[in-house]
Amino acid sequence: MRRTAYTVIGVLILCVMLFPVYWMLNASLQPSGNTLTAGFLPLHPTFSGYKRALDEQGGNLVTSMIIAAGTVVLSLAIATPCAYALSQFRSRWVSVGLLAILISQMIPGIVIANALYTAYERIGLLNSIPGLIIANCASGIPFAILILRSFMLSLPPSLVEAARVDGAGLFRAFVAIVLPISRNSLITAGLFSFLFSWSDFLFALTLTTKGGVRPVTLGIYQYLGTQVQNWNAVMATAVLSAIPAVVLLIAAQKYIAAGAIGGAVK
Amino acid sequence: MATLTRTTRTSTAGRARVRGRHHRGESLTKVLFVLPAAVAMLGLFGYPVVKNLLMSLQDYGLKTFFTGVAPWVGLQNYRTVVTDKLFSDAMLNTALFTIGSIAFQFAIGLGLALFFRNRFPLSGLLRSLLLLPWLLPLIVSSATWRSILEQDSGILNRTLIGLHVVNDPVPWLNSPSVALIAVIGVNIWIGIPFNVTLLYSGLSEIPDELYEAGQLDGATGWRSFWYITWPNLRSVASVLLMLGVVYTIKVLDIILGLTGGGPANATQTLATQSYEKSFVDFRFGQGAALSNILIAISFVFAIFYLRGSRRAVDE
Repeated sequence: MRRTAYTVIGVLILCVMLFPVYWMLNASLQPSGNTLTAGFLPLHPTFSGYKRALDEQGGNLVTSMIIAAGTVVLSLAIATPCAYALSQFRSRWVSVGLLAILISQMIPGIVIANALYTAYERIGLLNSIPGLIIANCASGIPFAILILRSFMLSLPPSLVEAARVDGAGLFRAFVAIVLPISRNSLITAGLFSFLFSWSDFLFALTLTTKGGVRPVTLGIYQYLGTQVQNWNAVMATAVLSAIPAVVLLIAAQKYIAAGAIGGAVK
Repeated sequence: MATLTRTTRTSTAGRARVRGRHHRGESLTKVLFVLPAAVAMLGLFGYPVVKNLLMSLQDYGLKTFFTGVAPWVGLQNYRTVVTDKLFSDAMLNTALFTIGSIAFQFAIGLGLALFFRNRFPLSGLLRSLLLLPWLLPLIVSSATWRSILEQDSGILNRTLIGLHVVNDPVPWLNSPSVALIAVIGVNIWIGIPFNVTLLYSGLSEIPDELYEAGQLDGATGWRSFWYITWPNLRSVASVLLMLGVVYTIKVLDIILGLTGGGPANATQTLATQSYEKSFVDFRFGQGAALSNILIAISFVFAIFYLRGSRRAVDE
């Protein structure tokens, strides 16, 4: 009896906390125009908001997708060997590396944007997808290192050594044995890197000056800048932009809490 | 069991053999494992910090991009931004935004974490769904809240008027006296899930035996929280608060998305100021000076935290 009461309270808490998410979905299905008439339920749902969102922001969604995928590949390629080294090699540099990662979390994104803008301006990476991929690695790499390291700490050294007795070099043993075992944590780190990059707004805002390369977060911001007339198109774009978060929540559910904790504490 | 023993034995013998054979190539390979990440971290964090320090001492503006010249001006940029009449407002707003956000995120997060400690059906599912606000892109949350908080047509004002809580629509984002509160409120909403997750994991690491022993001594309810839960949660709480400060102090997306620093600079913080100086006014030197002040403040908190946690370990 008491347990059921707890469940009911829990559901109520969740309803309050997730109301804005519901409202985003609801508003995206309302007929266009302002939200003055928007009821609590989309009784006459229309997909005109989504049509408009896809027409106007479809290209931006693809841009975001390419940038996020690129960030995942680059971040994991760079972070994975380092995470392995920080978890398995005995060296006094390990604590130096971890301290460096901790300190890096204190650097505001605007500092990175300031410096990258001037550097990109010189080498021609402004308004480019590779430029944004590199910038987004600033959030992807440290996080992936922390997540992967906390998993790899549990790998017994004998695992790799057994392969190396058979003549495999350190790198081959790493690729053949460590990577397959770490698959789940690689997926978690990859999903998070994707989400960070997909959510990036600051680098998109500062490192693009022309319309050529425009991630969807910037598209939403520009919707907000002009007088918002059609909330249903804005909210439809918001819903589409929320999809990676929902996928992450479902696909990596078990690992998210571990990820949040691994990234924060260890 | 037998396999396990064999593996261990061969590996001990093997380790010595392998070490002799590959010793030199080995240390090179080890360096190669770390090198790309070290280069990336230096390029993405080290270089920007140094570059910002230099820029903050230079007259680095729009002209620099054409002429390539950025004359050294010493501490002039710092003097300019600190004496700007907006600076004290931005400092105060940053402090209010950070303290207000963290205090409520933490308090509500702790309450929810304690609630979810009760064992009941669907608890795990509800807890993971609760994470959604934290995973959404910040600009998506900003856009959604903008529609909710809209003065005339937003659902919040319509509900409040419908319930006769207020008579006239509240200008949540349009009035200088309310906007900061609204922005802090949205940021609290975004931060609650992260706080719940960390505090819940801290709570689940407290052994049940402590509570059983406490119960024998008559520690129940508030007393058990005060004498058992809180002392055991302190290390998680201090990490969480330190991270909270470090992350909240530099928040930009939410403010730009909700108010753009307005109305009448009422939601301007050091971070938004720094953005405006650099990317709206193209005074990179002044923007760098402001963000260096931001870094310095973060570092002060981190040092307090590191000293505190070292003392905790020593004890």
